[in-house]
Amino acid sequence: MKIKEIGNLLDAVCLTGESHLDSEVISACCSDMMSDVLAYVKDQGVLITGLINPQVIRTANMMDMICIVFVRGKKPTEEMVELAEECGIAVMCTEKRAFEASGILYAAGLSRSAEGKHV
Amino acid sequence: MSDTVKFHFDVDGSDFSSAGEASVTVKKKLRQLGYPPEVIRRVSIAMYEGEINMVIHANGGTADVEASDDEIVIILSDKGPGIPNVELAMQAGYSTAKDHIRNLGFGAGMGFPNMKKYTDEMRIDTVVGQGTTITMKVRF
Ligand SMILES: Nc1ncnc2c1ncn2[C@@H]1O[C@H](COP(=O)(O)OP(=O)(O)OP(=O)(O)O)[C@@H](O)[C@H]1O
Ligand SMILES: [Mg+2]
Repeated sequence: MKIKEIGNLLDAVCLTGESHLDSEVISACCSDMMSDVLAYVKDQGVLITGLINPQVIRTANMMDMICIVFVRGKKPTEEMVELAEECGIAVMCTEKRAFEASGILYAAGLSRSAEGKHV
Repeated sequence: MSDTVKFHFDVDGSDFSSAGEASVTVKKKLRQLGYPPEVIRRVSIAMYEGEINMVIHANGGTADVEASDDEIVIILSDKGPGIPNVELAMQAGYSTAKDHIRNLGFGAGMGFPNMKKYTDEMRIDTVVGQGTTITMKVRF
């Protein structure tokens, strides 16, 4: 799935990363605990979260993730958006809650891990 | 890449919002130096966990990274409270972090196990009341 499809499916606003909306992702992770993202993410390209702080961006950067979706209408700060831009991470915001956003993306073909993907 | 490249950072313990900055910088530099993505990923996760730990558990410290041809060494040093029981602290799920840390997205007790998992060598030198130095090596 392309990152721009994520935006369409979730009625999300894209705050940065317009240039790589055509990048492909195959799996996602949903968590407000960065500890868990660091411990369990392997090859998931997308982070779905309701947590707002710069560590969300830095954690995604460490895990080589390329897209962050902020749920429940949470808005990242300007500083966070700038950091994401520097790290080459697309940032989206949706009014949907984490469960719904995850469900929509899962139903549309994003999986939990690259290996678990049905081809 | 025949010479060893060294980086040094002071990690501010008073400002959580800057926690992780050094690791982001190291990741960027290692990419510029052309290290393999998998090596960079292992180094950055291990260093980031340790850097966050220094901020939330030890009021900051210093981070040094030495990158050479066949290994990258990360040394994190603080003058924090030290770790009374290292074996216990290494266990997955063990954390002394309070709720305000958990609200920031950390404190699951996964950092140390993760640092061990992603490095080839991890050494913890700690003295209660004096501080902690963590040395990690990633070989390739
Ligand atoms: N630099 C340090 N100085 C003093 N104590 C530390 C330090 N690093 C870790 N500890 C202690 O070791 C425990 C385990 O650390 P670990 O990184 O595994 O978990 P955590 O930081 O509590 O949670 P997480 O890493 O999942 O966010 C910490 O809760 C803390 O008590
Ligand atoms: Mg930790």
